[in-house]
Amino acid sequence: MKRAGFSQPGLPMMLLLPQLIIIAVFFYWPAIFAIYSSFFLQDPFGFGSTFVAFENYTGLLSSSEYRKVAGFTILFSLLVTFLSLSVALLLAVKADKVIRGARTYRTLLMWVYAVAPPVAGFMGVMMFNQGNGPMTEFLALFGWEFKLGVNYTDTATAMVVVAAWNQIPVNFIFFLSGLQSIPQSVKEAAMIDNRSGVRRFWDVTFPLLAPTAFFLLIINITYSLFDTFGTIDTLVKGEPGNNPMTLVYKVYVDGFRGNDLGGSSAQSVILMVLVLLLTVFQFRLIDRRIHYT
Amino acid sequence: MAVMTDTDTAVARPGRPIRWSAVIDHAVLIAGSLLMIMPVFAVFLSTSVGDVEIYRDGLHLSFGPHMAENFDKALFTQGGFTGEITGAKMLMNSFILGIGFAIGKIIIGMMAAYAIVYFRLRFATFAFWMIFTTLLLPLEVRILPTYEVVQGLGLANTYTGLILPLVASATATFFFRQFFLSVPEELVEAARIDGAGPVKFFIDILVPLSRTMVAAIFIIMFVYGWNQYLWPTLITTDESLFTLVRGIKQIIQNLDGANIPEYGRALALAIIAILPPVLVVVVFQSWFVKGLVESDK
Repeated sequence: MKRAGFSQPGLPMMLLLPQLIIIAVFFYWPAIFAIYSSFFLQDPFGFGSTFVAFENYTGLLSSSEYRKVAGFTILFSLLVTFLSLSVALLLAVKADKVIRGARTYRTLLMWVYAVAPPVAGFMGVMMFNQGNGPMTEFLALFGWEFKLGVNYTDTATAMVVVAAWNQIPVNFIFFLSGLQSIPQSVKEAAMIDNRSGVRRFWDVTFPLLAPTAFFLLIINITYSLFDTFGTIDTLVKGEPGNNPMTLVYKVYVDGFRGNDLGGSSAQSVILMVLVLLLTVFQFRLIDRRIHYT
Repeated sequence: MAVMTDTDTAVARPGRPIRWSAVIDHAVLIAGSLLMIMPVFAVFLSTSVGDVEIYRDGLHLSFGPHMAENFDKALFTQGGFTGEITGAKMLMNSFILGIGFAIGKIIIGMMAAYAIVYFRLRFATFAFWMIFTTLLLPLEVRILPTYEVVQGLGLANTYTGLILPLVASATATFFFRQFFLSVPEELVEAARIDGAGPVKFFIDILVPLSRTMVAAIFIIMFVYGWNQYLWPTLITTDESLFTLVRGIKQIIQNLDGANIPEYGRALALAIIAILPPVLVVVVFQSWFVKGLVESDK
């Protein structure tokens, strides 16, 4: 708050009201409703519900299917994050270096930000299509018979590739802006100390980029957890079947296909706790980021 | 660093025209650009090919004669289960969602941020925490209960039900709060000495001052709203409310069932679905980057 603010009682309340009403109705009410219904078992035909305390949670944690989905989600997030971050870092370092065509490269590397995940998924379907997709044909050269939607590993691979592709622009933009904020004097000092470009990168540039990288790590994990719903849904053509799925996808499948409000809510609550932990972690890192630069 | 390496090599080996490090840099960047462009370009070129050819041979990298026809079909032929929705209508719905979402966020966010930053309020801290807790939980996490609530309010299959729940997070509020805090304190003091009240100060000074910020956040929010998928999928079952991105699902499912799958139409719709946000991002690139980097999502 500013020191020299206004002190009028009615106006600020009026200004805050729209925001407070919207979050009360569409945020707090659903969130509390989720916690509440996670303790109940819903009758599948809509005839009331029974209080079952923590049964929904214990049922989930002991279910081998849920553990399998959780395992896949962790692997998926790590792979997408690693793949997308490393490609973006390489491209950002190069884009920071070149002089000629720098603007063009920047545009070409960032515009995919605007491609919606489900549309990217649809393009993935065309690229990895069984029989005639360009990527399928390319992989067949190496003897990999790619079966999207049929083979578990193949479908998972396509999901990782498409999701990582879609996320490269965000990482690229943040890495590039991180690189450009490194002071010229630091770069020159490093030049005097060390002639090797590779050594200079790992000893000087990379540590200075570390705060950006940490921040992006969280952003990418959140992205792989939540924003990839559309990618996955279109890649499996809306038919999860035996295909790999993430935790958010399972919330949707159980809640809307299985009509299991209690189980789905319990999954939502577990995800809420997960996101809270990630955010607390992130805030501590942002604190450090401010001291760093 | 880059400049120095280049001159360095040039000085060390004068008369040598090609600098290999620069060649490698450009090769990597060109490969990266191709990686980003090729899938979309292949889809774009394939909209010019007939349905049967795509069905048989997959994506094409050559130009065919059917592009106008496919885009015409995508925009104006009625499709879907009830046969009521055209691509043009979906395009309009996408614009309503994207623009409605962006404007809603900006107006609500600016007002709330102004109240939090510039007023002495007894419950300011409480309101602050109420609002900023929403940053922690994305809509996807509480999707089913939100659906139940919106359904219960009778807002399913309305534009209000489509847009408002998406607006219920404080990203824009947080963004404007950060910006207002960076506005010099002297400004509000001067305004008060000149006799400006809070409303006048907001409309005549703060809003004009935030123009660039508003543009930046508008672009980010427009693209975000336009690209929403899960929420529109759940809340709009009435086809006349489908957005392009939501319609993609229907298109893909129709491909599998049909005798002659309408690939041309599907691919053209995919291109139409990405064109407006891509144009916005490319044309207003500097604002977009500013909005993205400074809002930190």
